[in-house]
Amino acid sequence: MAALRERCRPAPQPSPRVSGSRGTARRSWRATPWLFLLVPLGFLVLFTYVPVTNMVWYSFTSWDGLDQTKDPVGFDNYVKIFTEPEIFSVFLVSIYYLVAALIQLALALYFATILSFRTRFRNLFKGVVFFPYLLNGVAIGLMFLYFFRPDGTLDALVALVGVNDPPHWLGDPSIANYALAMTSVWRFMGLNFVLFLGAIQSIPSELYEAADMDGATAWQKFRYIILPGIKQIVGLSMILAISGALSVFEIPFIMTGGANETSTFVIETINTAFTFSQVGLASAMAVVLLCIVLFISWAQRMIFPEGKSDLV
Amino acid sequence: MSSMAPPSGRRIRHGKASFRRSLASAAGPIATALKYASLFVATAVVLIPLMTLLMAAFKTREEYSTTGPLEPPSSWFNFDNFVTAFTRGNMIEGFINTSIILVVSLVGTIIIGTMTAYAVDRFEFRGRRLILGLFLVATLVPAVTTQVATFQIITGLGLFNTRWSAILLFMGTDIIAIYIFLQFMKAIPKSLDEAAMIDGANRLTIYARVIFPLLRPAIATVVIVKGIAVYNEFYIPFLYMPAQDLGVISTSLFRFQGPFGSQWEVVAAGTILVIIPTLVAFLFLQRHIYSGLTSGAVK
Repeated sequence: MAALRERCRPAPQPSPRVSGSRGTARRSWRATPWLFLLVPLGFLVLFTYVPVTNMVWYSFTSWDGLDQTKDPVGFDNYVKIFTEPEIFSVFLVSIYYLVAALIQLALALYFATILSFRTRFRNLFKGVVFFPYLLNGVAIGLMFLYFFRPDGTLDALVALVGVNDPPHWLGDPSIANYALAMTSVWRFMGLNFVLFLGAIQSIPSELYEAADMDGATAWQKFRYIILPGIKQIVGLSMILAISGALSVFEIPFIMTGGANETSTFVIETINTAFTFSQVGLASAMAVVLLCIVLFISWAQRMIFPEGKSDLV
Repeated sequence: MSSMAPPSGRRIRHGKASFRRSLASAAGPIATALKYASLFVATAVVLIPLMTLLMAAFKTREEYSTTGPLEPPSSWFNFDNFVTAFTRGNMIEGFINTSIILVVSLVGTIIIGTMTAYAVDRFEFRGRRLILGLFLVATLVPAVTTQVATFQIITGLGLFNTRWSAILLFMGTDIIAIYIFLQFMKAIPKSLDEAAMIDGANRLTIYARVIFPLLRPAIATVVIVKGIAVYNEFYIPFLYMPAQDLGVISTSLFRFQGPFGSQWEVVAAGTILVIIPTLVAFLFLQRHIYSGLTSGAVK
């Protein structure tokens, strides 16, 4: 009894009336949430925080991924990223995807707006515009390889309008990134569209009725009712689009493997780590990208302060 | 103009209808024509790549080399390419491996996600905010970048070239699911827990018998959102399961580029085989997919 009471003492609100048995109950009660969290936290630490920590550590070494020893090299890897043009220049490829992402958001906003009005075959159009988002990335990659290949679908289509000497859509470095970025728009626009449509439909109809009474035009309704109502989701989508554009991987990797000047920063990182066995340098590249993405997310929270916090 | 648009909710039906009517009258016939024109263009842009691929999949080898991509196949019943893709292209293994990984990682995600949400929402304990913060920050880390270091952990655990590598990574990094459960659990009244506790149930019983069954709609959402993501995932199986017999549908299809590189009719058939399950799932689960993505994507 005395021993139990002794062990109960460090509790934050020690009650003088606590008996031995109640003390034990309290203790197990306090451990309960941790028992539930044991496995989830284990996974979170093992697959997110340990890799991130290790990545930072590796980034200051010249490790090849196999060697027993990891030689520290200070900031050499980071210096290399920012001074060797062939590494940093791939960041410029992101600009294609960034512009494409803005086009994607604009198209999504347009289709979400017109489909929130009365439209024939509304559900059919909604389904068709959205469906590509669900498709397997490899399937999309192969489909568009077939679409863009010489004598492929696109060549046949432009031949219909009289262009008989089309360029090599994926072989010509000055065009390939446009083709890939457009493929990316084809793939991801549906998600933005559905999110925007959902947000527009959750705007209370009283607002429209009031606007009707005031004789508002369609544009005015869009500008003063719809746009403010979906500001939050548009802002969030824009942030996701920017970090998405910086970490583009699947479509160029599957379709061109990064050839013809279509390599992206993530493809370079992956190749550096797993093809050229420069894990140290690759880790530094990954850390740079991670910092940029974290900065963008932080900026988003500064620009759009409300939302998200309701979970805590 | 008689609309077929279903009202999304009975309460707002009237307001919405009158709003739409007034828009149509304000916009005029030209705007309406432009609107439908743009919708038809969008439909064409979505469907043409899919349709030409479908047509190629039904062509014989000779037919493929002699006809253009816009010409339909002579027979819509020539399934030879599908058979070739399915048997010689390792698609069977791909579907089996994907199914195994899908089922195990879904079960794991649901158990882990609901347990986390239960612990965080129903208990007051020191470090609760810290835990939530840890999960929240983790959503910001793009998984593709950390693979450089995750790879060492997977090989260190001896999981390289096993299905467990993909299963554990799918289970262990799904923070979105935890948030879906957390949001849903907030809506379940705490008085239910208390009533069960008065009846003498312990916390595990409350979790398993009271909370878990009530979370069924959230579980359905997670199954759909996660199921699509796992089915489509390419990079993790590509990196961690390079063995020929461990191909999932993504990696099996990706490997088509080698042996069938010049046989586009077979590649097309393989691609269509991968798309069909997605199409079927979409047709049957449309409504759930839309709402699931809306709650899942906006973490």
